[in-house]
Amino acid sequence: MEALDGNAIGGLLLDVFGAEMTTAEGVCAECGTTGPVAQLVVYLEAPGTVARCRGCSAILMVMVEVRGITCVDLRGLAELERTS
Amino acid sequence: MRTVVLGVPDWPGHRAGQHLDVRLTAEDGYSAEREYSIATAPGEAVAITVERLDDGEVSPYLTEELRHGDELELRGPIGGYFVWDPEDESPLLLVAGGSGIVPLRAMLRHRRRSGSNVPVRLLYSSRTLEDVIYRAELDEPADGIEVAYTLTREQPPGWSGYARRVDAELLADIAWPADDGALAFVCGPTSFVETVANGLVELGYPPNRVKTERFGATGR
Repeated sequence: MEALDGNAIGGLLLDVFGAEMTTAEGVCAECGTTGPVAQLVVYLEAPGTVARCRGCSAILMVMVEVRGITCVDLRGLAELERTS
Repeated sequence: MRTVVLGVPDWPGHRAGQHLDVRLTAEDGYSAEREYSIATAPGEAVAITVERLDDGEVSPYLTEELRHGDELELRGPIGGYFVWDPEDESPLLLVAGGSGIVPLRAMLRHRRRSGSNVPVRLLYSSRTLEDVIYRAELDEPADGIEVAYTLTREQPPGWSGYARRVDAELLADIAWPADDGALAFVCGPTSFVETVANGLVELGYPPNRVKTERFGATGR
């Protein structure tokens, strides 16, 4: 499966957070790499959507849609902060 | 390849480089969603350029079935990272692989419409000359814009452009020197983007000055 980047989940995150999130800064809880969500390594059909750290490949976000409800797991993120 | 102009009620306006999501829903409720870069500048009618993928779920409909007056379900505009604003006066380096040209074309149109005169270098990699999108528009002479093509699979007789996949040497030919403080936007298939982005960093570009957007066969 081909890896994309966080730009590809801008629409999904807009639905989940109600705001533009690709410019938000995420901090990996595993290795501390910091960077915009747009730069995460994203797999769209994992099943579900998986975003990994570009530094250490740790799983930072998992989003799965079940019967119209999106389940969001952000445990891999130490921080997620909107900058604008 | 087809460019579709969309009349979107209450469109809030977009930035150059943003995309939108198109969702198609079948009568049985099955739905498929794909993202498409917006091909036009802020202030212009919203348009997307769609490449037909033979095994696609969305692109065959958009390129062949969609008729004037049909309605589409859209979400957008989306994204704030891969966008260019004329307030940034750094030289621009635009690098496109295949249909990765679409958001970069929006940036070029925005530059012209906003009266910006930042110098631009565009490197556009395509398989063949026929695969080059917006060729007439890109070939129009424009002050401060240099366009270089590379055709990776087939070149017409007498072709004077590049004729290979983008590599470190080709990038070094085209890219602004790192000391110029250029801002780079790279869009294309994942492997293309990785090659170009790594190459630019090796040339001395700070990683945060290399903005990237990757798409796959199921994407745009």
